[in-house]
Amino acid sequence: MANENNVHIQNGPPSDVEEIKEKSNYLRGTLEETLANPITAGIPDEDNRLMKFHGSYLQDDRDLRNERRKQKLEPAHQFMVRVRAPGGVATPKQWLAMDELATQYGNGTLKLTTRQAFQIHGIIKWNMKETVHAINESLMDTLAACGDVNRNVMLNPNPDLSSVHQEVYEWASKLSEYLSPRTRAYHEIWLGEEKITSSKEDEQEPMYGKLYLPRKFKMGIAIPPSNDVDVFSQDIGLIAIIENDQLIGFNVSVGGGMGMTHGDENTYPQLSRMIGFCTPEQVTDISEKLITIQRDYGNRNERKYARFKYTIDARGLDWLKTELQERLGYELAESKPFEFTHNGDRYGWVKGANNRWNYTLFIQNGRIKDDDDYRLMTALREIAQIHTGEFRLSANQNLVISNITTPKKKAIRDIFENYNIVAEDQLSALRKSSMACVSFPTCGLAMAESERYLPSLVDKLEETVNEAGLRNKEIVIRMSGCPNGCSRAALAEIGFIGKAPGKYNLYLGGGFKGERLSKMYKENIGEEEILSILRPLLIDYGKNRETEEHFGDYVIRAGYIQETSDGTNFHQ
Amino acid sequence: MHLKTTSSPFTEEQVQLLNQLLPTLSAEQKIWLSGYISAQSFASEVVPTSSTEPVMSDHSPINATVLYGSQTGNSQSVAETLALRLQEIGIDADLHSMRDYKTKELKSVERLFLIISTHGEGEPPDNAIGFYEHAFSRKMPKLDGVQFSVLSLGDESYEFFCQTGKELDDLFEKLGGERIVQRADCDVDFEEVANEWVNEVVTKMTDNQQSAKAPSTSLTPLTGNPPSQYSRSNPYHAEVLENINLNGRGSNKETRHIELSLEDSGFTFSPGDSIGIFPENDELIVHQLLELTNWDGNLEVTINKNNDTVSLREALLKQYEITVLTKPLLTKTKQWMNEEGVDDLIREGNQDQLRDYLEGRDLIDYIKDFGPIQTSAEEFVATLRKIPPRLYSIASSHLANEDEVHLTVSAVRYDLNERARSGVCSVQCAERTEVGGALPIFVQKNDNFRLPIDPDAPIIMVGPGTGVAPYRSFLEEREELDASGKSWLFFGDQHFVTDFLYQVDWQRWLSNGTLTKMDVAFSRDTDEKIYVQHRMKEQSKELYNWIDAGATIYVCGDEKQMAQDVHATLTEIIAEEGNYTTEEADSFLKKLQQEQRYQRDVY
Repeated sequence: MANENNVHIQNGPPSDVEEIKEKSNYLRGTLEETLANPITAGIPDEDNRLMKFHGSYLQDDRDLRNERRKQKLEPAHQFMVRVRAPGGVATPKQWLAMDELATQYGNGTLKLTTRQAFQIHGIIKWNMKETVHAINESLMDTLAACGDVNRNVMLNPNPDLSSVHQEVYEWASKLSEYLSPRTRAYHEIWLGEEKITSSKEDEQEPMYGKLYLPRKFKMGIAIPPSNDVDVFSQDIGLIAIIENDQLIGFNVSVGGGMGMTHGDENTYPQLSRMIGFCTPEQVTDISEKLITIQRDYGNRNERKYARFKYTIDARGLDWLKTELQERLGYELAESKPFEFTHNGDRYGWVKGANNRWNYTLFIQNGRIKDDDDYRLMTALREIAQIHTGEFRLSANQNLVISNITTPKKKAIRDIFENYNIVAEDQLSALRKSSMACVSFPTCGLAMAESERYLPSLVDKLEETVNEAGLRNKEIVIRMSGCPNGCSRAALAEIGFIGKAPGKYNLYLGGGFKGERLSKMYKENIGEEEILSILRPLLIDYGKNRETEEHFGDYVIRAGYIQETSDGTNFHQ
Repeated sequence: MHLKTTSSPFTEEQVQLLNQLLPTLSAEQKIWLSGYISAQSFASEVVPTSSTEPVMSDHSPINATVLYGSQTGNSQSVAETLALRLQEIGIDADLHSMRDYKTKELKSVERLFLIISTHGEGEPPDNAIGFYEHAFSRKMPKLDGVQFSVLSLGDESYEFFCQTGKELDDLFEKLGGERIVQRADCDVDFEEVANEWVNEVVTKMTDNQQSAKAPSTSLTPLTGNPPSQYSRSNPYHAEVLENINLNGRGSNKETRHIELSLEDSGFTFSPGDSIGIFPENDELIVHQLLELTNWDGNLEVTINKNNDTVSLREALLKQYEITVLTKPLLTKTKQWMNEEGVDDLIREGNQDQLRDYLEGRDLIDYIKDFGPIQTSAEEFVATLRKIPPRLYSIASSHLANEDEVHLTVSAVRYDLNERARSGVCSVQCAERTEVGGALPIFVQKNDNFRLPIDPDAPIIMVGPGTGVAPYRSFLEEREELDASGKSWLFFGDQHFVTDFLYQVDWQRWLSNGTLTKMDVAFSRDTDEKIYVQHRMKEQSKELYNWIDAGATIYVCGDEKQMAQDVHATLTEIIAEEGNYTTEEADSFLKKLQQEQRYQRDVY
């Protein structure tokens, strides 16, 4: 039961952010005015806090920050817009809309995120309304893509994986819609809709209330055997249970989360833990009740201790179960058996049950852009112009082009060929299992390079991997520019978390199926040391592994690193 | 400032007169006056007999009126010198800016000396427009028997060189005036010609008075501050403390923010003043010129009347202007060139082609087109004009940074005839001026661009591009003084992201209240080009309210387009919001100009 002296339990007045939310009149704040202020391309911190709920962050080009300071210019402010797509599904028309917005208003690139959303970077303040408006015109939105609310609901994108995929997708959409904020602020500010003032609080935001949640809240649904959504990294992780090709319900796990703060061992990545099983019809109700528990008990004094995982760990899983049962009026059933085999993506062409084709394309770090010699963005645009199926964003920042008819398959292959789009068999398994967050130059939290650096580090590691005979062996390798963990590096077999420019903590021993956290192997090291540490380990693994043994398991068995059995012993 | 008979040593009548006069004086005028009076009393102390034995006691005092029309302050400094020199020989010389001069007094004037500059396409400076219009109106009295002389200032590279001076000189003669000294026309290196003219006038007046007093020869402007030993003729070599490009990456522009050390210079300045920089020519161009002409760079050449010599290379680098062509230069040098060709270019009726030719071309083009030169290097370069200093509005406050002065310099670059061209001084600042190096500078006063004396008075500042520089000085000064007057800045440039000059400064002043309001126009961020005047028009009503409440309007920057568009917009705003006809709005603005509530520093 709750230990009142636990550091994670609120012990102090609400933080500044709580005050901002309280005064914001349901996320309005002074955004209308500050967006219109022509003297700065930025907005004040208070409004930026609210902006996140609307799906956008104020950022700046950090490569230019110091230079511009000397030039007496404000930072090169720009907005990142995150577009929610439940389960990562978009139509070709929506793809083209994203492409056009990125080209017209953004920096000419699209980022597919680790949570199956689109990100457009580099939007200048004056173009924000047009951009968000156009996103809504395309029947997607940015509301609650960030902020202290439930975010994009993740789901395995691969429709051929299971005949019940469509049914699960519909539950994901329903959850996403059900848990969305209700405030009209979004429609007023971005869509120019009339202001409606309601005096009754519960009409404004019946579930969240005016303070919303203490921190962000994440949900994902995995369909075994794939754990591509890293279901254990979610605040609520649902595992679809399928029997005889029928969706019978979901195992419910709670309290996962990747973020931590360097130097504060009271913060740690944590895996979600199973609390039972529910039927599909119960899932929205259960999710809502879990969210309200976090709403009522989460730490609103100290944001770094405010995630659901700490709310639960401070009080114990039994407390949560009891509290949930009280709010539900019924008890969850026993969780059902399931089996995951991997958390990476399966690339290439696969024929689905409906005789249509699906193609999973490796996208390095989810960045879609045109380079002089690799015009990926143009190729995908041309595909979107002829494609009649869907585009599905994977949780590993890759892209599934789904429901391709046989004649279109040929046309799409031709486009790939024309643009020299790299076929999956030309890439090392290490690269195909690599993932990096955005980090520099746009992310305000970045401490070290990530997206711009990992590819070249993989180049160098490939030499060793080839030598060790591991070219086709998947080893999950992930990099995050800061400890907030967007790339879920703490779950990787080889993880890097940025400390300072050029310096990373190296983590080893994560589970290949996303079932185990890693542990720090070496602190604060640069490239030279990274390579010299990993080389003997990989060579050793190449020689001495057992068949099918994964690198994350091997380093534990071989005694290189201790197993992390729970987030609470991550730092030990 | 208000005097009372009880608290001052004056009679009631004197107090009345003083109280009429004092509130109308600008800060500079007050300083000048106090300096003038104390200098007079100082003189009488040193020569105690002067009151009983005046040098010119035999003559009734002679009156003279010295008028100046000045945009950058050069005419003013010459006029001040002339007035002082006339006073030194006992003449009761009255010094006025044309703006302040009561034109009805022209009826009783006996001797009239006019120093006036010309701007743009042959136009008078702002503070002389009223006088100029009066002079050519039916109200202008006859000047029968009035002795006069005109000194005109200008720039030979302009087609209508010294036009205003020439016109007024003609007019005064037609009105019956007696020209006692021939008009002199000064080019941008005006000092020598102006000095001669002043000496000539003083000599003439001395003769008139039959005074034995010999004229002195130095040209020392009056100044209210303890004079610095450095001046235009003896520039201070200021160390460069900082030299930054204010334009962000990807800009089409390059605007340098230059901080210079004034330590030990003795310079003081007020917001609105400028710094003159004596530039050096680009070594590359000098090199190309020497190659083209086959001249020996080591040849010693004479560079002035004192027969000082330097090497030809040095002279071309530091003494002579080689990047601008003028009609007089063509006329003087054609004898050594393809004379027929040059004659054809400068012939009567060919002005348009000549203007096109001169625009942007330099000496190298001229020699390529009309060379080779058939005379000695020494003879040829003697016809070149001295490289004139370039003036830049000061972008800092002396109060706020006593030992520094900040400048905002836009690098001028363009291509012509397959050669990359550049502004001599601006590109010197951009490319050849390093921190730790030095620039020869002087302070150029500009009383025509001054903050209101009253710190509570509202101000409206319009300054796109580098035109915004003096407002940085204004606001720094007002911040330092804790002034409570409202202020409103209109700024514009091409792109918000890269060209928002001094963006963080304005942001700071907006947040601490030094700057009340700011509007910006970035012309290339939108499909339709938006300029400052459009922003002014959008806020017509409020702008008019500010003017109505006594705001002073400042306009700084481009003369050809911006200043005219802004002027037209102001006229429209006043007409619309004040319910005036266009003519009435026009005279409203003229009145503001007279009252120094509409001041321009345009170039």
